[in-house]
Amino acid sequence: MTSALGLPLRRPSVLPGFGLALGFTLVYLGLVVLVPLAALVLKTAGLGWAGFWALATDPRTLSALRLSFGTALAAAAINLVFGLLVAWVLVRYDFPGRRLVDAMIDLPFALPTAVAGIALASLYAPNGPIGALAAMAGLRIAFTPLGIVVALTFVSLPFVVRTIQPVLEEIDRELEEAAATLGAGRLATLRRVILPTLVPAMLTGFALALARAVGEYGSVIFIAGNIPYVSEIAPLLIVIRLEEFHYQAATALACDMLAVSFALLLAINLVQAWSRGRFGHV
Amino acid sequence: MSNVVRTRCALALGFALAVSLPSSALADRVLLNVSYDPTRELYRDVNAAFQESWKAKTGESVTIRMSHGGSGKQARSVIDGLAADVVTLALEADIDAIAKASGKIPAGWRSRLPKNSSPYVSTIVFLVRKGNPKGIHDWGDLVKDGIEVITPNPKTSGGARWNYLAAWAWAEGAFGGDGQKVRQYVAELFRHVPILDTGARGSTTTFAQRGLGDVLLAWENEAFLALAEFGEDRFEIVVPSVSVRAEPPVALVDGNVDANGTRDLAEAYLAFLYSPEAQKLVAHHYYRPTDPAAADPDDLKRFPDVKLVPIDDPLFGGWAKAQPMHFGDGGTFDQLYRPAN
Repeated sequence: MTSALGLPLRRPSVLPGFGLALGFTLVYLGLVVLVPLAALVLKTAGLGWAGFWALATDPRTLSALRLSFGTALAAAAINLVFGLLVAWVLVRYDFPGRRLVDAMIDLPFALPTAVAGIALASLYAPNGPIGALAAMAGLRIAFTPLGIVVALTFVSLPFVVRTIQPVLEEIDRELEEAAATLGAGRLATLRRVILPTLVPAMLTGFALALARAVGEYGSVIFIAGNIPYVSEIAPLLIVIRLEEFHYQAATALACDMLAVSFALLLAINLVQAWSRGRFGHV
Repeated sequence: MSNVVRTRCALALGFALAVSLPSSALADRVLLNVSYDPTRELYRDVNAAFQESWKAKTGESVTIRMSHGGSGKQARSVIDGLAADVVTLALEADIDAIAKASGKIPAGWRSRLPKNSSPYVSTIVFLVRKGNPKGIHDWGDLVKDGIEVITPNPKTSGGARWNYLAAWAWAEGAFGGDGQKVRQYVAELFRHVPILDTGARGSTTTFAQRGLGDVLLAWENEAFLALAEFGEDRFEIVVPSVSVRAEPPVALVDGNVDANGTRDLAEAYLAFLYSPEAQKLVAHHYYRPTDPAAADPDDLKRFPDVKLVPIDDPLFGGWAKAQPMHFGDGGTFDQLYRPAN
C-alpha cells in the first residue's frame, strides 16, 4: 500500500494481515467510541449555538466544572507523588507481605464505587473515626470539597501505581551505580537519572488518574454533600438535568466536560512527546 | 429492539421454557409494575394478595415483577422502552412525563381511576433525635440559629419535592401570602441544609447513621420505618401544624399492555389497589389509605391528625403548574442557590 505521495504507509512486517487489522480497528473504535460520542454531539446540536452557549456558560455549570476538574487535578497530583512512592517501595524493596500489599493496590479497581463512597463517608463523617479526629482539629472532610478529593484519590490510585511500576522494574540498576561512580550524589542520581526515565510513565499515570477522577460519580455523591455552587460535581449536575427531563442540557454539559478533558489529555500527550524528545524514548 | 427481533426472542424463550418447565407454568402471564423506592415492602404484600385473589377469581396464576428506583429514573426507563404494564410512582409529574414523551399513556390518565388515581396518600413529617433536644415543633423552628436540616435534593428525589412544597405551604400561611417572605423563608431553610443526598433513603442514612443534622424531613412512612429500624429510643416523630397531602399516583401504560396482552390483568391489578384487602395492607405499611373504613383501626391510630394541603390547592395549582415553577430549570429552587441570594 502506498499513499498519493508514493511514501510507504507501512513497513514490511513478518506478520501479514495489516489491512484486516486496520479495518477491524477502525470499525471497532467507530462502534465503541465514536458512535456514542457522535450521538452525544448530535443531541446537543439540537440546542443551537446560542442555546448551547447559554447552558455551557451558566454560572452553576461553570462552578460544577471548576469543582470537578479542580478536585480531579488535586487527586491526580496527590497520587502522582504518593503513587510513585508506593511503586518505588513495591519494586525496590523486599519485605514480608509485599505481594499482599501489591494486590491491595488493585482493590479500588474492583470495589463498586458506591461501596467505596459509603465506606469513606462513614470514616470521614464528623461521627466517624477519622472525621472525629479531624473535627477536633477544626477540619471538616466529609460533605465538603475536601471529601471529594479524598474519594477521588482513593479511586484513582491504582492508575498511577500500575503505570509506573513496570517502567521502574525495567530500569537498570547499573545506571545508578554508574552515576555513583561518576561522582553523582543521591539527589543528583534521582533527579538526573531516575526521574527522567520515569517522566513519561508518570505523565501517563497522571492522565489516566485524572480522566478517571473527572468522570467519577458513584463514590463522590455519598461524601460530597452535593450543595449547588459548593460541592456539586459536574456528573451530578448531568443527572439533575436528566431528572428534569432536560436531555439537551445534560448532553451540553457532557460535551463541555468532554472538550475540557480532551484538551487536558492532549496537553499531557504533548508534554509527553516533548519529554520523550528531551530524555529519549523509554 | 425491533418487533421482529423481539418476537423471535420471545419465540426462542417460549420454546426454551416449554421444553424446560412443566406445562402449567407455560400459562403464567407476567405483569411488570414499575414503582419508586420506598414501596418495596408494601408491594411485596399487595402482590401476594392480588395473586391469590386473581387465582380464586379466574383460576389463572400470574407472575408479578417489580422494579424499584428513584421515581424520575423509573419514568425515564419507561420512556426509553421498559415494558411496564403499570406504573406506581411518587409524583404525578413523572407519569405526565411518560404520557408526554412516549404517548403510551393518554393525557387524561389521572381521572381514569378514583381519588385522582392515588390509592394511598402520605405526608411529610419531621424526625428528630429522642427527647427533641433542639425543641423543634413546626416549620418556623427549622430556621433558628444552629439548627441543621437534612432533606434530599428536590431535583433528584420525589420525596424531597413534597418536603419543599410542605415548607412552602406553611410559609404561605404564616406570612399571609407575602411571596417575598415565603421565598426568603424557603431560602433560609435550605441554608440550614448541610447535605443534599440524591434520594430519600440516603438522607435517612445521613441523619440516622452518620448522626448529622437535628431534623430529617421525611415521608411519613419512611419516618415510621426509621423508628422501627433504628429504635424508638433514639428518634421521635414530630408532626408540624401544616403539611402536604402527597398523592403517589398509579397508571395503566396503555401502549405496553396492548403489546403484552395484559390489559385485563393490569386493569384488575390497579382496581385491586382500592379494594378493602389492599387498603388494609396500605395502612399496615404506614401509608394513609384512601378508604380508611377498610383499614385496621389500630393502624389508623398511628397517623396523627394534621392539616394536609393537596397539590390541587390554588396555592400550588396542580403539578402541571408547580413542577416547572418550583423544580424546572431556573425555577424557585434553582433561584434559592443563586449567589446573589
